[in-house]
Amino acid sequence: MRKILVNGAVLLAGLLAVFPLAWMVSVSLMRPGEASAFPPPLLPAQATLANYRALFAHAGIGRYVFNSALLSTGATVLSLMFNVSAGYAFAKLRFRGRERIFRTLLGALVIPAQVAMLPLFLLLKYLGLVNTYGAVLVPALASVFGIFLVRQYALTIPDALLEAARMDGAGEWRIFRSIVLPLLTPILVTLAIFTFLGTWNDFMWPLIVLTDQELYTLPVALASLSREHVQDSELMMAGAVLTIVPVLLLFLGLQRYYIQGLLVGSVKG
Amino acid sequence: MNGRAAWCFVAPALLAILVFFFLPVAAALAMSLTDFDIYALADIANLRFVGLRNYIELLQTPLFWRALGNTFYFVAAGVPLSIAASLGAALLLNSRVTWLKGLFRTAYFAPVVTSLVAVAVIWRYVLHTRYGMLNYALSWFGIGPVDWLGDPDWAMPAIILFAVWKNFGYNMIILLAGLQSIPRDLYEAAELDGARTWAAFRWVTWPMLGPTLVMVSILSMAGYFQLFAEPYVMTQGGPVQSTVSVLYFMYEQGFKWWNLGVASAVAFVLFAIMFAVTLLQLRVARGIDG
Repeated sequence: MRKILVNGAVLLAGLLAVFPLAWMVSVSLMRPGEASAFPPPLLPAQATLANYRALFAHAGIGRYVFNSALLSTGATVLSLMFNVSAGYAFAKLRFRGRERIFRTLLGALVIPAQVAMLPLFLLLKYLGLVNTYGAVLVPALASVFGIFLVRQYALTIPDALLEAARMDGAGEWRIFRSIVLPLLTPILVTLAIFTFLGTWNDFMWPLIVLTDQELYTLPVALASLSREHVQDSELMMAGAVLTIVPVLLLFLGLQRYYIQGLLVGSVKG
Repeated sequence: MNGRAAWCFVAPALLAILVFFFLPVAAALAMSLTDFDIYALADIANLRFVGLRNYIELLQTPLFWRALGNTFYFVAAGVPLSIAASLGAALLLNSRVTWLKGLFRTAYFAPVVTSLVAVAVIWRYVLHTRYGMLNYALSWFGIGPVDWLGDPDWAMPAIILFAVWKNFGYNMIILLAGLQSIPRDLYEAAELDGARTWAAFRWVTWPMLGPTLVMVSILSMAGYFQLFAEPYVMTQGGPVQSTVSVLYFMYEQGFKWWNLGVASAVAFVLFAIMFAVTLLQLRVARGIDG
């Protein structure tokens, strides 16, 4: 009896969580106008890719898919380059003020990113970066969260291993490249997914710094399209599918790493 | 191991954070004390120091109070609801009798990784007055259509419903990890003392999960105070400003009307409120612990 009750509740909650996403896919395959009916249709009478074709042909969504993919990949590479070496250094290398600097960084986590947004916009404007890909990438360069994530993981590397390499005369850079990086691989994957998903899904910052449609990322383009096409549910659902499905697949493939990062990141202490 | 090599490892990241975060935050504080507007944007010579005038004017702006009220409404209703949903889902998944745990964990988590804008577009359709699935489902129970996003009384509850759906999976994972770290023998001991399901939850699960719940509520609150994309996509702040949030107000002041001085002041007021509420939560949590 209890078994049925619990599993029934689990199933019901699962349906509620997934239903809007499943319906999105279904409606995206309907013919224009078909979804504006009562009662709302669950499945298309005759599945068609017309909405996707319209998005690529008339709304130029291929361009936005390209922008999102390019910027998310760029942000991921940059974030790995900047955060990994710093995270490792905070965990394993000694330098003056290390603990104090790290505490200051953690303290900065209480400041919401939006506080920095207005002056950052001005700074980028004076640098001539507003309305370029660079403006979207700048906040991704280094992040306290990324440094923290790598540091927590790097703490588990045994000091003896690094000392032994030093005794053998290996330089710090060499040690980092050939011993530390391979050991850090799992957390690099984690950080990469976080950055990729974060950049792909980000909305407010690209909305602020990108004014040319040519440069829009998918969420910004979708928000602007949906203001014009409030009534075209089928078209908008196709746009939502293109925005959601790539990252959903990425997550499904690598969820172990994602969840790991979520658990480390949530224990900010 | 010398310090100079170590600095080569940290300097790039620290420099980036300094230039693109700490410096802007300090500049924001300074900017909030100036009349930075479109004229100053064109020529910095037009910039004047105005002291606390932006803050004082904000306090006299009805829409700012409205935005504050709406944001508090969203936080006060959204955070407890979303944590309750997370806890419920985590308890279900943690139950010994649950089948296909991995599958359902992934299903519950799916909304979290979706792009907020895209799911807001979906939900605008789910909430559609005439063709939406929600009103259709309600009609089975004899409830007439609700104009979810068009009625000032229902727009914020609809956005809260949407936010709970979108976010509950995130805290669920953290709470699930918390539940799994509770030693099994505590439950066995409770069972020996005759504790049934509810009593075991009340006297074992709840207190053991306490610190995790505090952390989760602080993180959620910080997230919920940053309400922006939902009203931007779903309601444009309407109807009759019932979904204008603090950040939505800041965005319009800053990037629509180019009142960057005022917008900076808004950002700082939001920060101060979030900071105060976090401290309050920590204090309450400590009080409960004894």
